[in-house]
Amino acid sequence: MQKHLLLGVEAIAQGAIDAGISGVYAYPGTPSTEITEYIQESKIANKRDIHRRWAANEKTAMESALGMSYAGKRSLVCMKHVGLNVAADCFMNSAVTGSNGGIVVTVADDPSMHSSQNEQDSRVYGKFAQIPVLEPSNQQEAYECAKYAFELSETLGTPVLMRITTRLAHSRAGVEVGEAKLENELHLPSNPKQFILLPAIARKQYRLLLNKQEKFEEASENTGFNKYFEGKDKSLGIIACGIGYNYLMENFSSEECPYSVVKVSQYPLPRKMINKLAEECDKLLVLEEGYPVIEEFIKGYLEKENIIGRLDGTLSRDGELNPDMVRAALGFSCHTDAPTPELVAPRPPALCEGCSHRDVYTALNEVINTYGKGRVFSDIGCYTLGALPPYESIYTTVDMGASITMAKGATDAGLFPSVSVIGDSTFTHSGMTGLLDAVNEKTPITVIISDNESISMTGGQESSAKGRIESICEGLGVEKDHIRVLMPVPKNHDELCAVIKEEVEYKGVSVIIPRRVCIQKAARDAKKARVARAKAGK
Amino acid sequence: MKTDIILAGVGGQGILSIAAALGKAALDNNLNMKQAETHGMSQRGGDVQSFMRISDEEIFSDLIPKKGADLILSVEPMECLRYLPYLKEGGYVVTNKTPFINIPNYPEIEELEASIKALPNYVLIDADKIAKEEVGNGRAFNFVMLGAASPFIDIPFEYLEDGIRALFLKKGEDIVNMNIKALHAGRKFAEDNK
Repeated sequence: MQKHLLLGVEAIAQGAIDAGISGVYAYPGTPSTEITEYIQESKIANKRDIHRRWAANEKTAMESALGMSYAGKRSLVCMKHVGLNVAADCFMNSAVTGSNGGIVVTVADDPSMHSSQNEQDSRVYGKFAQIPVLEPSNQQEAYECAKYAFELSETLGTPVLMRITTRLAHSRAGVEVGEAKLENELHLPSNPKQFILLPAIARKQYRLLLNKQEKFEEASENTGFNKYFEGKDKSLGIIACGIGYNYLMENFSSEECPYSVVKVSQYPLPRKMINKLAEECDKLLVLEEGYPVIEEFIKGYLEKENIIGRLDGTLSRDGELNPDMVRAALGFSCHTDAPTPELVAPRPPALCEGCSHRDVYTALNEVINTYGKGRVFSDIGCYTLGALPPYESIYTTVDMGASITMAKGATDAGLFPSVSVIGDSTFTHSGMTGLLDAVNEKTPITVIISDNESISMTGGQESSAKGRIESICEGLGVEKDHIRVLMPVPKNHDELCAVIKEEVEYKGVSVIIPRRVCIQKAARDAKKARVARAKAGK
Repeated sequence: MKTDIILAGVGGQGILSIAAALGKAALDNNLNMKQAETHGMSQRGGDVQSFMRISDEEIFSDLIPKKGADLILSVEPMECLRYLPYLKEGGYVVTNKTPFINIPNYPEIEELEASIKALPNYVLIDADKIAKEEVGNGRAFNFVMLGAASPFIDIPFEYLEDGIRALFLKKGEDIVNMNIKALHAGRKFAEDNK
């Protein structure tokens, strides 16, 4: 059969399309972005007109997807791990409502924080919500899991969480693709009260969820994604979760693995398999990418002392797994590798040459340094790189939208001035409500919405903010005279400095909008236009 | 057969187009392949790498273990050295000569080249120059690099040509031929200088 060369995230997207989804809802975030982009580019998705536009944030995405499930159709939600914090309110409650049409929440974790502010493990959220979790180990399985997840969601009447990590998300392999299913017909839930979480109904729904737990575990025992491999050597038994299985097998690529192994790609944990392993083997090694979720869990119920993994230090407590770490955990001698020569300098990421954020930080530094350091609160996006030399302009980066509210809190505490730097898309994602708080209290903060008209860090997706930032600010109650728009280019440096200075001194809420399109996006758009012209010429 | 390759460079230099051609070459010839790459923040001028694994047997890990790479293919000279802990004994380093200097503490060029020349197996190639002068288009330097690495990749050279052809099919015969010419120019340099 013809194999398609797909990233892990793309395999999930193709699996969801072939499962007959009627919509994908997502906000971009590395390493999850390309799931939605793949669906946006897909011929079949375009032909079926599957919903595929970006949402304003992960919460709105999750809610829309649940609405689609309510209406009986299949929906996919995608986000990075920290996005699930934003969507958590709806996510947790969706476990209680359960599903009508299949709903799959795909969350891409980023252990080692390649492009993130923490390395939280979404499997904990799965346990928290008490719903099934799938964790494919390779690209082919990612495709199969996506299709299966929708079946599972409809059979068991529950949302399903699909958890992947950076390495699978952004690694390509050949994937065999199967038949594409048709979309569901519109049909409302058979119980019209299923989605009304008034306490009296919620209590019933919650009991229903608790009663399903046994079925969830049964599904984990019988799924093809969890496997028990019998080994000859019983001194060690290995539980290998998700891509941890690959790193294990990598160490035995030339021979057979002598130990018994339970490969886990579906949760709740298949207890029977785990019990069998525990009974047969002297010691258990747990290989998991992320938190020691399983290790902690089985330590709680097995009453077995010989369990090793991330908790006892056999494997590093943080960071992603790799074949070398697993090698050491198996007790094999480590390779003595050649060191990297000393002259190799670190090459941290940086704002692009010609980027508008550079002009903003140059001006901001000039003004704010007259007041002293530590007064600029920032947010999540390319402009976070303003924390690094040569700018070193910002002092906080915590979560989407926190620049405005943290500046507010610091002002409430008496810090003056407090300036917030946030991007256009981050502003509409989670900044607007914080700005409303500041307006309601007339808190003297200066909010710089550095508007490059795109979601740049993740590859230039369309920003929900485009063309409406001034009207949003005005609508929230920012005074018109204190919404200042200007073009951040070197020749406007003095003007930008003067505006920042004026607004910092204003004793109320002011918003400065330096606006210039992302240079990467401008280059891509110019290239697209060239190609279009060339085609038209033919 | 089995070849593990580390592709190295700086975000924006386009190592992924090399990976794409290699991937296509492997897949169209029924070989297994896995290729892990870097997206997101580090793409903004930071160091980037892609782990490329090709084999006629099942490949498990997306990451190449330390001392596991047969080849480091770098489009930037300092970046080739960053991944030396991954190079197998007897493995090759094939690197472009043109530095990409976007940091204040970039090493002295003489020192850098001396480090590369101290390696047991290396090809140091000015791919930018060859692309401009012999191929006639500076942008083809990535495929000059792939050509220079091709003697050390355990798949037939024609597969790579086919990979490039498949990759650029939609862009027309001229683009296909230019990139294949680049591939040949790189290979010739490596054969003469390895």
